[in-house]
Amino acid sequence: MSSIPGNLSQPGQAAVPSAAPKKPSLWRQSLRRLLRNKLAVSGFIVVVFMFLACFLGPLFSPYTDNKIQMSLMNKPPSWQHWLGTDKLGRDVLTRVLQAGRISLTVGLASMVLSVFLGTLLGAIAGYYRGVVDQIIMRIADLLLTIPGLPLLFISGALLSEWKVPTDYRMYIVMLMLSLVNWPGLARMIRGQMLSLREREFMQAAVVLGLRDRRKLVHHLLPNLVPLIIVMATLNIGGAILSESVLSFFGLGVMPPTPTWGNMIDAANNMIDFQSHPWLWIPPGLSIFATVIAINLFGDGLRDVLDPKMNR
Amino acid sequence: MSTLLEIDRLSTHFNTEEGRIKAVDQVSLRIKPGETVCIVGESGCGKSVTAMSIMGLLQSGPGVEIGGRIQFGDTELISLDKHHLRAIRGHEIAMIFQEPMSSLNPVLTIGEQLIEPMVLHLKLNKKEARKRAVELIEQVGISRPEQILKSYPHELSGGMLQRIMIAIAISCQPKLLIADEPTTALDVTIQAQILDMLRQIKAESDMSILLITHDLGVVAEMADYVVVMYAGKVVEEGEVTALFESPKHPYTQGLLRSKPVLGQRQDELFSIPGQVPNLLDLRPSCYFQDRCAHCMDICRTQEPALKSVGGGQKAACWLYEEEKRHG
Repeated sequence: MSSIPGNLSQPGQAAVPSAAPKKPSLWRQSLRRLLRNKLAVSGFIVVVFMFLACFLGPLFSPYTDNKIQMSLMNKPPSWQHWLGTDKLGRDVLTRVLQAGRISLTVGLASMVLSVFLGTLLGAIAGYYRGVVDQIIMRIADLLLTIPGLPLLFISGALLSEWKVPTDYRMYIVMLMLSLVNWPGLARMIRGQMLSLREREFMQAAVVLGLRDRRKLVHHLLPNLVPLIIVMATLNIGGAILSESVLSFFGLGVMPPTPTWGNMIDAANNMIDFQSHPWLWIPPGLSIFATVIAINLFGDGLRDVLDPKMNR
Repeated sequence: MSTLLEIDRLSTHFNTEEGRIKAVDQVSLRIKPGETVCIVGESGCGKSVTAMSIMGLLQSGPGVEIGGRIQFGDTELISLDKHHLRAIRGHEIAMIFQEPMSSLNPVLTIGEQLIEPMVLHLKLNKKEARKRAVELIEQVGISRPEQILKSYPHELSGGMLQRIMIAIAISCQPKLLIADEPTTALDVTIQAQILDMLRQIKAESDMSILLITHDLGVVAEMADYVVVMYAGKVVEEGEVTALFESPKHPYTQGLLRSKPVLGQRQDELFSIPGQVPNLLDLRPSCYFQDRCAHCMDICRTQEPALKSVGGGQKAACWLYEEEKRHG
C-alpha cells in the first residue's frame, strides 16, 4: 500500500501509460461534441426557453387564464395584451404559456412512461427470449399494426362517450400516448439486448456466477443508456405532437384546460381563421418550434451518443 | 493422490442442419490439486468446447448434447442445477478468456467489475471488497491501483486488462482456474509476464490451472501434465517432460517439429500436411490418418484407443499396438 504515494510522486516511474490522469470522461467528450453541433445547441436553447417561459412566464402575467371579460372580446394584439384576446376576453399570451405547461407536461410524462414500459418489456424480451419474448413482442406487434392516430381517436371518442371528467382527461391522454408509443421503443431495446447478451463480456459475467437480474440491470442496462436517452428525447416531440392533434380534434385534453392543440381549434372556425389570426398562430408556432427544437436536439444527441445509428 | 476435477468420457455434440458435430468426443482427464494441466491442439479440435462444458456455458438442449461426467470435488457439474452451478462459478472455478479487450463490460469501471464477485461470493461489504481489490491489483503487478479502480476498460491496454481479468478470476480464491488461451491476443513480451504471474499466483495458493493453448512454448513453460487433442479426441497425454522428450503420437511429433527453434534457422519450417478433418463426416478410423506419415491399413478402418505406452504416457495410435503385437 505504501508504494502508491511513492509512485504518484515519481511520475517518471509510472507503469500506467495508458491511464493518463486527466483523461476526459466519456460523458464529457460527448458533451463537447454535442456543443460543436450548432443545430442541436440552438434546439436545446429553444427547448429550455420554452420550458422556462411556460412554467415561469404565467407567474409574471397580470392576467389569469380563465377570467372571462366580455368587454375585451377578440381584441387584436396591443400593449396591454401582447397577443390579443380570445372570444371570451382572455389574454392569449397567458393562455399560450399555460397551455405550454400542459402540453410539455403531457409530452414529458407520457415519454417517461413509454420509455419505462418500452425499456422494461424490451429488455426482458431480449434477455430471456423464448416464451416471454414471444408474448411481449406479439402484443407489441399487435399494437404496431393498428395505426396510432386512429387508435388514439377511438379511445378519445370513448372517453367523451363515457363522460370522463375533464380534469382526469389529461392523465388519461398521457396513458394513451404511452400505450401507443412503447412498442417501437421495446423493439429497439430488445434488438440491442439480443446482440449485447451474446457479447463476450456477458459470458464473462456468467462465469462469475452472477444472477440474471444483476446481469440484466447492472451489466446490460448501462450499455443501453445512450440509446434510451436519445429515444426518450425524440419521443417527447412525438408525444407533444400527438397530444396536440388529439386536442385539436377535441378528443384529447378538453377546454377550459388550455393546450396548444385545443387552442389551434380556433382555426376550425372560418371567421377566426380569417380575421383573428392571433388566436391560432401563437399556439401553432409554439408546437412547431418546440417539436422542431426537440428533434434537432435529439438528432444531435443521437449523433454523439449512438454513432452506430447513423444512416 | 486426490483429484480435484475428473472428466470422464465427456462428449459434447452439436446438432446442426448438416449433421452432428462431435466437437468433443469421449474426452477424459483429471486434474490434481495444485497441478497445471495443459490442453494442446490446433484450432477447432475441441479445446475451448471442453472448457465451456466444464463451466456449464453450454446447456443441453435440442442443439447441444452433453454426455459423460464432470466430477468437481464432490459435485457432478453436468447435472447440477442452475442455482448450485452459479455458486461454484466464479467462486470455486474461475475462468479467463482469450480476448481481454472484450471480456470486460465497457460501461462499468474496473473497480465495479472487480468488486462484484467478492461481494457476491465472499459476502464482503463494499469497503472490504474495495480494499481487497486494491491488493489484488497490486498482486497482478499494476501500480496505482486506486486510479485503475476508477478507470474504464477502454483506458487500459490489452496486457493490463488481462491482468485485471486474472485479478477478477483469483479474487474469490478459486480451486481451479480455467484459462482459455489467455495469452493468444497479447504480444510476446506481455505473454511471458502474464505466464510468469500465473505461475507465481499458483505457487502462492494451491490453485490448479487448466490451461488451454495451441502454443507449445506456453506448454513447456507452464504445464505439469499435457493433454493433446485432435478432432475432438485425446490423442496423447503425459507428464510434460516425458511428452516433450519422446512424443509418441505422430501428431504430437509433428506439433513439436513444427515449432521454430531459436538460433537455428531452417530453410523451411516443418508443417503437418493437410487439414483437420471435417468434424461432420468422421468415419471409424484414426482421424489423423490422412495426414500421418506412418499411416497403415488398420488406421483407415478402425479407431485406436487411448492406451498406456510406457513412461506414464498414453497415446491413441495403432503404431504402438502393432509394436506390442509383434514384440
